[in-house]
Amino acid sequence: MRLTCPLCGPRDRREFYYSGDAVLLARPATDAPPGAWDDYLHNRDNPAGVTQDLWYHEQGCCSWLKVTRNTVTHEILSVESVAGTSTAGGAA
Amino acid sequence: MPDLIAKSALGLPPLTHAGTTLMESALPQITAIAPFPGQTGAVGDALGLAFPAPNRVTEAGDARLVWAGRDLAFLIGAAAPDGLPASVTDQSDGWVALTLSGARAVDVLARLVPLDLRGVQRGQAFRTALNHLPLVLMAEGEGAFTLLTFRSMARTAWHEISDAMEKVAARTALVQ
Ligand SMILES: [Zn+2]
Repeated sequence: MRLTCPLCGPRDRREFYYSGDAVLLARPATDAPPGAWDDYLHNRDNPAGVTQDLWYHEQGCCSWLKVTRNTVTHEILSVESVAGTSTAGGAA
Repeated sequence: MPDLIAKSALGLPPLTHAGTTLMESALPQITAIAPFPGQTGAVGDALGLAFPAPNRVTEAGDARLVWAGRDLAFLIGAAAPDGLPASVTDQSDGWVALTLSGARAVDVLARLVPLDLRGVQRGQAFRTALNHLPLVLMAEGEGAFTLLTFRSMARTAWHEISDAMEKVAARTALVQ
């Protein structure tokens, strides 16, 4: 399995750390009802099909990445940098 | 401040297998430079080196600026001037530099590093892994590489690389 890091390019799965469902990006407001916090902290779908999760490019650029993939076909549909692509305004 | 004596991380003689040589390099001066938001251009101007794009190195004279991660580059071979618009940390003593050069260097690294290094050229550098060790890998051209890894892991790195070198040499001997 390979992920194409927006900064580093295509990299082997060994360089990444898997961190679970991308729902973690949608933190409820502090005054949200307990049900919203329950969903955020505990309740996860287990879809046969498209899912989104967070990966950390641990042995690379150290970006957090939101990966959209298909659990049935194993296609990687997109890899996005959670912090955007502000970085690396550098020269080739 | 007492005058401390610099010691190499390993103090081992060069090792050669299959025409490929592993050596410990002199202690490099390494300064991590993380530009403040929007300041990569200003940092480059102050250093006289363009801030490198991912997987790249820029160089001028002995100084090299090596991309080392998100919004991060290592300045090697020169001291950082004061007042850079960046977070600047001296990391010289935290790293060990090894060089691997020779005909089979790419084949040795293929056993350890999850990148296709065939055809890489000077000016390219990668933040990646040497098995489980963190690695900044710089292509020096003509099949030579500089490997930076944590000094605390120097013996493990040497062991892993020498092991891969022996296996490449064994396979070469079988084929002949
Ligand atoms: Zn990356």
